[in-house]
Amino acid sequence: MTHTQDTSLDSRGTARVESGRKSGLRPRKPLVRYGSWWWAIPGLLAVLSVHYVATSIGGAYAFTDFKGIGSFNWIGFDNFVKIVGDKKVFGSIGNTIFLAISFLIITNVVGLIFALALNRGIKSRYILRTLLFLPVVLSPLAVSYIFRFIFQVDGPFNSVLGAIGLESWQRPWLADPTWAIFTILAVMVWQNIGMAMIIYLAGLATVPIEIEEAAAIDGASAWQRFRHITFPLIQPAVAISTTLALTTGLRVFDQVQGMTRGGPFGATDTLSTVIYRETFANSHFGYGAALSLIFTVIVIAAAALQLFITRDRNAAAARKK
Amino acid sequence: MFRYTKGTLVKEILMWIVAVIMLLPFYLLINTALKTSADAIGTPAFQPATNPTFNSFVEIFQSGGSGNIFVGLFNSIVITGGAVIGLIIFGGATAYVLTRRLSRLSTTLYYLVLVGIVVPAQLGLVPLYIGARAIGLLGSPVGMAVIYTAMLMPLAVFLYGGFVRALPTEYEEAATIDGASPFRTYWQVVFPLLAPATGTISIMTGIIVWNDFFTPLIFLNGSTAATLPVVVYSYVGSLVTNWNNIFAVLIVALIPITVLYLIMQKRFIQGFSGGLKS
Repeated sequence: MTHTQDTSLDSRGTARVESGRKSGLRPRKPLVRYGSWWWAIPGLLAVLSVHYVATSIGGAYAFTDFKGIGSFNWIGFDNFVKIVGDKKVFGSIGNTIFLAISFLIITNVVGLIFALALNRGIKSRYILRTLLFLPVVLSPLAVSYIFRFIFQVDGPFNSVLGAIGLESWQRPWLADPTWAIFTILAVMVWQNIGMAMIIYLAGLATVPIEIEEAAAIDGASAWQRFRHITFPLIQPAVAISTTLALTTGLRVFDQVQGMTRGGPFGATDTLSTVIYRETFANSHFGYGAALSLIFTVIVIAAAALQLFITRDRNAAAARKK
Repeated sequence: MFRYTKGTLVKEILMWIVAVIMLLPFYLLINTALKTSADAIGTPAFQPATNPTFNSFVEIFQSGGSGNIFVGLFNSIVITGGAVIGLIIFGGATAYVLTRRLSRLSTTLYYLVLVGIVVPAQLGLVPLYIGARAIGLLGSPVGMAVIYTAMLMPLAVFLYGGFVRALPTEYEEAATIDGASPFRTYWQVVFPLLAPATGTISIMTGIIVWNDFFTPLIFLNGSTAATLPVVVYSYVGSLVTNWNNIFAVLIVALIPITVLYLIMQKRFIQGFSGGLKS
């Protein structure tokens, strides 16, 4: 019975790789066949076509004067030369990086604090988790409409400021060239704290309570327990949450488009909104593709740097030994 | 050891204050939607609606044309449901095969799939649009579901993959010894064990697809397959500052996804912790 099964493994090619590598030795046959390799084909084809082929073709457009329809010419680096001379683009890159980094730091610090507070102890922690996660469920577009209402000149936020005696702080938040970007940042943070909180809660759930108790008995303070026990143990959660926040922050589009459309005077333009305008509103496909290519390089470089910084040092050290 | 102390009580009260402040926008959203058009502009936003009315909901459902909420709702449900099912079936199978087989090829392929998580969609959007138009996926909800399945595949493979890696192989060994085929082993033994990951993936990708604005804005603008965010966007543009009607549309758009979240939330956190152990 088992024998026939093993031969069938061989004929299906599962064990062939193994036996080929160790030719001469008795081939080691896996006990179980973990699915068939062709199960992965639909998924792999999907990823290949969308994330590799389409992206590569898009990258090729960056070197053309494609207008969306008709023929196009290869124009080398002309699009990139034009980008270097475009002040608007530089402003938008600055805005994107400012938003992404501040968003990453604030969302993760506050999300981690919420997760620590709601990890255990508090009796109503489950309902609080559900409530604090609710903003994540809203669409960023819906959120930007709600906050456009809240931050109107005669809107609720200014009336609250007036009610607590801060009239001098009242301003047209989304039309103010200095403050509009901070307003967008606040809205992004408000919406995404819940996501960071959930990821950190999942990480905290993997920290055994016994270790913390042992440290507490040995006289470690709450901060020491966090710094030397909890934080190192939730490294994977930190890596996931910060990477997610970084890519979300760099890609921000809906909130800007919904609240300010990049205005006033480009003060809140991000790379995504500029790309959208150039590619789809102005039909400068080639130029938009060149911007997208720069954008893609920035995002991938940032994610790689991010993963390098937050990599699991313990695991890396263990591997070296 | 960690007992409920006075400090915990203070923490509990503090967190409730934070939660109430964070949820104030929801109060404004619902409160304003229940006001009449005149009250929505004329009365302070925090003042409760004196005569709560569902007029704005009736109004938005009666308006036709591009502001047709029902069509958007239907399209969004088909597209989100289709994409989530596709991701569960194909993402699960792909992640299972790539992470259980320990050959160099499958490991390399797994990491190449994961790269897709960080690659922004913008660059491939125009070629994707042209390609989708060529094979007839454009303008239909089903085609859109296929496109989303492909776009979010790396995320699904990542979450399933982390979970499969943490799963002991004994289950499959036992099933094989009992004579189950690989397909039956996966479908009846492994897949049910992946339920927490399935919950996480349903919620995460469901939220992403349901709320996505950028992709349908480009792929579906003006077509009959427009999703809710696109309908909302064009609808709001025509309303200027009829905040009660705008907020009624937003509430209609957020109800289905909130229900999905409340149903699946228990599995949600578990699924993440499985992925984190890898």
